[in-house]
Amino acid sequence: MLALAFDGVLALGLLAVAWQALHSADLFRAVISFMVFGVLMAVAWVRLQAPDIALAEAAISAGITGALLLSALGRLPSGGPRPPLRVGWQEVLVWGPLGALFVLALGITAVRLPAPGLGHEVHEALARAGAENPVTAVLMNIRALDTLLEVTILLLAVVVGWSFRSSVSAAAARVPSPALPALARLVFPVFLLAAGYLLWAGTHAPGGAFPAGAVIAAGGVLLLLAGAAPALENGPPLRWALASGVLAFLLVALGVMLAGQSFFSYPPAHARGLIAALEVAISLAIGFMLIALYVGGEPALRRRRWS
Amino acid sequence: MALLHNLGTLLVLAGIGFFFAGTVGLLRFPDVYTRLHALSKADNLGLGLVCAGLALQAESLALGLKFVLIWVLVLLAGATATSLIARTALARGVRPWGV
Repeated sequence: MLALAFDGVLALGLLAVAWQALHSADLFRAVISFMVFGVLMAVAWVRLQAPDIALAEAAISAGITGALLLSALGRLPSGGPRPPLRVGWQEVLVWGPLGALFVLALGITAVRLPAPGLGHEVHEALARAGAENPVTAVLMNIRALDTLLEVTILLLAVVVGWSFRSSVSAAAARVPSPALPALARLVFPVFLLAAGYLLWAGTHAPGGAFPAGAVIAAGGVLLLLAGAAPALENGPPLRWALASGVLAFLLVALGVMLAGQSFFSYPPAHARGLIAALEVAISLAIGFMLIALYVGGEPALRRRRWS
Repeated sequence: MALLHNLGTLLVLAGIGFFFAGTVGLLRFPDVYTRLHALSKADNLGLGLVCAGLALQAESLALGLKFVLIWVLVLLAGATATSLIARTALARGVRPWGV
């Protein structure tokens, strides 16, 4: 009974915050509503017993995306409040039935989905997959090709961002209080500790490379925002770090072919070690790629030390 | 064990009291500085009591220490955020209530 009431309040809260984010006349308020939506959504995923998605949702939606939106907001010309969104009867007439149809189709699909899914097959394969956590086994072994493509898309996004413009060097951001850079430096090791824990936990419990990378990125963005770290320098170290995820994946996927396996089929005896190495490389790469996306543009070239 | 458990429940309830008072203050106080004052009571003392209560009920020492760590981190973040908001408000010329 109590659980049902909690879920009801959560669902209503999600709808209310989503409406706020879309309709608020104040863009700042809209962004904050979006971040609150991410936090509530993470709680909803926990209630749906999907802690992996909850971790990713909290770190990426509420954390990184929120920071991206806020920094975009800071670069917009500060006009007056945007005009309130008016919904005419034509829109209601068109989108009302369409929306109802869409929800109906979703409901029918959800009912008609094959009940056990592929969970049984995954659990059968766990013994050979090199990870006790089914999510990690699927991401890093059974459907590793999908994960490779995801990491590649993220790298592509960074490359496209760099080709558009060079980043505005936020040289010594004006910080209203010395407490902020001090706090950022103080808690950055805790961010690294949390990322390491998520990596370690990923083999047997919710966690893994994506949440760990997002946590590293959140710590890095905090350092940059607080003016506690020098701006990103464009040089071989940064470029190798950005590419390390894709490179490690390709190295492993092609390397196992030398051992007589097919593309991406790890030998079961070495699956655990390979997955662990991949997770470390991918989480670092994801962390740096998200920070690069936040900086938004090609950083200035590294100054040569000997000149 | 039962004594520790009951003591933990008592501490959590006391913490909820501070959260309630802090929320009322946030909604009812007249300006940003007094609201920050109300909020920090809930964040620092309320969360401290809740964490202490949960730590008393924790199954292991490691779990209990994690609750303490959460409280310490929130203390640091809360103090920094409060000072940032207050300094920014002051710099923008927001006058304290009644001054």
